[in-house]
Amino acid sequence: MSVISRGFSGRRTTENANLPPGQYLTTDFPVLSAGPTPQIPLDRWEFTIRDENDALLRRWDWKSFRQLPTETPTVDLHCVTRWSKLGTTWEGVSLDTLLAGVQADAPYVMAHSYGEYTTNLPVDDLKNGKAWIAIRFDGKDLEPEHGGPARLLVPHLYLWKSAKWVRGLQLMRQDKPGFWEGLGYHIYGDPWREQRYSGDK
Amino acid sequence: MWRAGTVLALRDETPTARTITLEVRDWPGHLAGQHVDVRLTAPDGYSAVRSYSIASAPNSEGHVQITVERLPNGEVSPYLTKEVNVGDRLELRGPIGGWFVWRSEQTEPIQLIAGGSGIVPLMAMIRSRAVARSAAPFRLLYSVREPGAVFYRDELHSLSENADSMSIHYAYTRVTPKNWLRLPGRIDTKLIADTTWGADLAPTCYICGPTSFVESVAELLTASGNDPGRIKTERFGPTGGQK
Repeated sequence: MSVISRGFSGRRTTENANLPPGQYLTTDFPVLSAGPTPQIPLDRWEFTIRDENDALLRRWDWKSFRQLPTETPTVDLHCVTRWSKLGTTWEGVSLDTLLAGVQADAPYVMAHSYGEYTTNLPVDDLKNGKAWIAIRFDGKDLEPEHGGPARLLVPHLYLWKSAKWVRGLQLMRQDKPGFWEGLGYHIYGDPWREQRYSGDK
Repeated sequence: MWRAGTVLALRDETPTARTITLEVRDWPGHLAGQHVDVRLTAPDGYSAVRSYSIASAPNSEGHVQITVERLPNGEVSPYLTKEVNVGDRLELRGPIGGWFVWRSEQTEPIQLIAGGSGIVPLMAMIRSRAVARSAAPFRLLYSVREPGAVFYRDELHSLSENADSMSIHYAYTRVTPKNWLRLPGRIDTKLIADTTWGADLAPTCYICGPTSFVESVAELLTASGNDPGRIKTERFGPTGGQK
């Protein structure tokens, strides 16, 4: 069915069992974002969890957030623009820690960022050691262009779900598209099922 | 879904960049600023996909133009800039992206700022404006290494000759044309102040180029009073640990 490209053989450095379909390896760390990089002073930073009616359930400022226990996951990153970066090391607070004791029957969240970015996720994808609020990358404080001071890290989904400059989560009873999900990208974004664009199974 | 496109024409923009015009029979149309995924498949089934910005304005003929810059260690770009011939077929998916776009209903001042091959989606906006006979005031600030690296040179030149059309300014980072008043250098506060719409006019700004370029220009625009919510960016290329 597919069209053969006369004379194309490819470089095939991408044949790697750890790569989802259609991805290629990169060793640098490309930056993709929709607007300018926000500069967020730590004394004004906060991270909140709100219920579906906007009521505040949890709030941390930078100082109280940094007193929470951290983990140092080593994870693979997969960007919908087709690069993957393997074995990256982060330090962050597990979402299990942040969501502990939060009583809600809402199965989805909208992550909100400084700079107005949003992305939607099922709560189950944030639990059981699968997601963090990351504050350090590769042993250094997270640079603003990579989402510093703090970003969501949900490495089992395409990287646009790992919202940079995250400032809070809002619980939702029903799933709703965030920023990219409303602009033609997949509502869930599993790289192993190659869910890049809306309409992908 | 993947669609087959037939190569209608090839045009070298610079020694390392080529424009490919494709005819795609069932093309659904696109907006200026969107991109396509291009898939190459080897005889044994191995395939590679990369995204390219669309350079052409929306049209009714099912024609889609991309301009591809050859990357030194690229897998797909060397094929597209050297091997491909008129009559060859490629596969396309798209159009993709709904954020970094200009729609002909937009009437506000538009500031375009390109770094190198970041001109491609901005050229689609410039061409769409002409096709739509839009009167939206456009300004382009185009940063290139040297005069020979300018894409779409003749077309941009004839646009800038037409005074009521739009204004175009160049920033040369390494080598300038003869008798050029500004020394070679990156876009700075003064050039932004001298050549771009003032923040008081609330322009929508589109910046496209390598990451470090976009970061620096977006910062300059924000510092000169532009609303970050009106600055749309598209970045490509490695960060290369420059910071």
